[in-house]
Amino acid sequence: MTKTCDAGRCGEKIRSDCFVSLELRDSGGIELGLKSKVEVMYGGSIRELCLDVLETLGVKNAVVTIEDQGALPFVISARLETAVKRCLPDNDGEYLPEMLDCSTYKSQRRRFRRSRLYLPGNEPKFMINAGIHKPDGIILDLEDSVAPAEKDAARILVRNALRWVDFYGAERMVRINQLPAGLEDLNYIVPHNVHVILIPKCESSQQVRQIDERIKEILDEKNIEEPVFLMPIIESALGVIKAYEIASASENIVALAVGLEDYTADIGAERTKEGKESFFARSQIVNAARAANVQPIDTVFSDVKDMEGLRQSTLEARSLGFEGKGCIHPRQLKVIHEAFAPTEGEIERAKRIVLAFERAEREGLGVVSLGSKMIDPPVVKRALRTVELAIEMGLLEKNWRDEYVR
Amino acid sequence: MSDEGYKLETNAAGRIVPTTINGKPAVPFQGVGKYRPAGRKAAPPVATCADYPGDGNKVLTNLKTALIKAGIEDGMTISTHHHFRNGDLVANRVFDACAEIGVKDLMWFPSASFPCHEPIIRHLDSGVVHHIEGSMNGPLGEYCSRGKMRGMGVLRSHGGRYRAVQDGEVHIDIAVIAAPTADPFGNANGLTGPSACGLLGFALADSQFADRVIVVTDNLIDFPCVPWQIHGNYVDFVVKMDRIGDPTKIVSGTTEITRSPDRLLIAELTARFIKEAGIMKGGFSFQAGAGGISLAFVTFLEKYMKETGTKARFVRGGSTKYLVKLLEEGLTEYILDGQTFDLDGIRSMRENPKHVNTSPFTSYNYHGKGNFASMVDAVVLGATEVDVNFNANVVTHSDGLLLHGIGGWQNCLFSKCTILSIPSFRDRIPVIVDEVTTLCGPGELVDVVVTERGIAINPRREDLIDAVSGSDLPIRPIEEIKAEVEKICGGKPAKPKLGDEVVAAIKWVDGTVIDCVRRVP
Repeated sequence: MTKTCDAGRCGEKIRSDCFVSLELRDSGGIELGLKSKVEVMYGGSIRELCLDVLETLGVKNAVVTIEDQGALPFVISARLETAVKRCLPDNDGEYLPEMLDCSTYKSQRRRFRRSRLYLPGNEPKFMINAGIHKPDGIILDLEDSVAPAEKDAARILVRNALRWVDFYGAERMVRINQLPAGLEDLNYIVPHNVHVILIPKCESSQQVRQIDERIKEILDEKNIEEPVFLMPIIESALGVIKAYEIASASENIVALAVGLEDYTADIGAERTKEGKESFFARSQIVNAARAANVQPIDTVFSDVKDMEGLRQSTLEARSLGFEGKGCIHPRQLKVIHEAFAPTEGEIERAKRIVLAFERAEREGLGVVSLGSKMIDPPVVKRALRTVELAIEMGLLEKNWRDEYVR
Repeated sequence: MSDEGYKLETNAAGRIVPTTINGKPAVPFQGVGKYRPAGRKAAPPVATCADYPGDGNKVLTNLKTALIKAGIEDGMTISTHHHFRNGDLVANRVFDACAEIGVKDLMWFPSASFPCHEPIIRHLDSGVVHHIEGSMNGPLGEYCSRGKMRGMGVLRSHGGRYRAVQDGEVHIDIAVIAAPTADPFGNANGLTGPSACGLLGFALADSQFADRVIVVTDNLIDFPCVPWQIHGNYVDFVVKMDRIGDPTKIVSGTTEITRSPDRLLIAELTARFIKEAGIMKGGFSFQAGAGGISLAFVTFLEKYMKETGTKARFVRGGSTKYLVKLLEEGLTEYILDGQTFDLDGIRSMRENPKHVNTSPFTSYNYHGKGNFASMVDAVVLGATEVDVNFNANVVTHSDGLLLHGIGGWQNCLFSKCTILSIPSFRDRIPVIVDEVTTLCGPGELVDVVVTERGIAINPRREDLIDAVSGSDLPIRPIEEIKAEVEKICGGKPAKPKLGDEVVAAIKWVDGTVIDCVRRVP
């Protein structure tokens, strides 16, 4: 009996990917055919890797042909594993690339989430260099950017990327599919140091809890103590109405995002540049997020050529109270970070308030005052955040207090 | 493969190189600035006006007649230039005509060859052409790499080619100069006509030193054709052809900046380096080519120049609309242009006296009384490989195949700050390696390597290291970037297994042999 399955992509224009064709047979061992752009440099190691994958997955007799366009090892093994699983749907083996040290860093509940860069989960060529552009977070997307027929391939590729790709300190996020497929996604993702799971088209606290519970089960099974954070994305009229319920559904929620493409369609409006049609939704999200003490995060800006539009949109998001924005191209990051940066005047004022606050603490005063003005605690809180932001963004020296010591 | 015997010797760079090339002795590389030339320059035979029509009309009906009148014989050296890049229609016609005439064993001496010249392979196979000395981009490079060419290929830089002709290392019997506009006397320029390419600097040596010079044009105008970038006084015959080039491949209407975020990052880091290192200051100069990273680099630098009110004295190109914009906005006083890549460049050269045409003689010739390349404050270049000692390769890929020419690259290394702006790996192929496959430029001349994963400064350049020490540029040791890239690519790349035969020699700017290319099985 023979059975043939394919995975990956081929063609002149494909880069950093490969096409695997696998024919299972009853006898004859493994026959491996490789055509690779990097045959001279890595042909030997590709063959070794493939044999290792097949052995790990228990495939003993097969004809494998690989057309390689410079795919990295984590991609080749993912494609081969996908082909095996397509031939043998009951095979529950996994070929896990080494968990590299660079993949083990942790995140924290409270951190910058100004920018999150979406990467299509089945497109390896964007993954390897995404981190060098320094987004606050990268999102390996299993949902809208992956064709339905490739969901299985993307899960395996994203899993491998989580173990093997250096994202250089960016928060490691995965957007899962809508339930129930999203629950299956979790099996592939949760054990591999994912920091945040993005829940698309979220409409109820129950969905959040379902995901949260499944994550907890997997973490317990694998003896992992570190929690996995959640970021529900509100993309519908119903979701907007239930925003607070959703934002407060789990202690693992760190942020609440809005997705306007689906939302505007859902309310029967045209999405415009001015965004009047989504003003209510965005304000509602900010309000719900703040009420639940999580970060409000704005939608994606999808016109990669319109940098000025992006800047305006981000400034507006900031003025509404959002702390972050989604993007789809690394060149958008700088504009977003700059737009979220406090202005010189804001920093100056924040510094004076922070100094006054620290002086009051030192002297045991109950009230913070600046000149003749009393400063309320929320103002102090905002000033502290501004200073923290300014330092993080390189606008203010860490030792900025020194210049005030006279 | 080479049908002449040769001996091998280790040169000053530790590379094993042939001491004879196509039957002529060759000097192994001795170190930068070490080789001392002697003797006098070459010269063409003395001509007399008595042999040329008094009315100045040197027009012949076709190329074949011109070649016959020029006295073409077996074994001669025929030269062409590459200002039409991949849109050249003339070189193929020249060798078709030679085949018709029935001559053989010619040496083709182009300033560069491109994929459009693939038909020459037929003439190499049939014996019309014996071998090629000149940059071989694409199919001809591969043909040479596989050991199919009878003679040894010789690769020289643009300046090295001028020098070789001037020094008498290469004697051109017949030069065929494709000219976008010419008059019947042979005056010619590249500024107008359907095949306009801007300038004709690469054909200068050919016009000055060849025994016989044929100008071929598809835009014959009445005398005088001014400005005369090529002087008719050097020219024997003028031939009118229907078409000499494919304009869409000669220049692009729009040279576009890369959209790759990684390449844009490299370009931005390069511009920031030049700013932070203090190189970008009033009256400075730089050179950048027409590659994706270079173009983007120019736009980043332009932004910084505007922000700080800094103006350059001159920029060198490869001109494109991006350099032209600098000139027209007053951000540079001059463009010194070696070749023109787009329509804006050609327009500017035609209309703006401060957009100056240059040649390998003025810019690059190492056996001259100085050249412009060493006066440039910073140059941004590419490479196929660079090693941990900053040695760089531009001609072969890591699998050993010869696929590119040297261009002006070697000559530009003499800039005050030479920057290689390159991705740290391409697909899965590391660009930063332990040892380059082919040495084209010695590490002592490469100052900075800018990659998307950080900037490595040559330890020899302590001044540059100091200059950027206070900045937040990602300065890293080159070994560290290399290690990171090897980790990404899944280990050190294996070396190609190459044949013993030398298929091409790489000349240094002074004519010594810096390395050679071995046959790829």
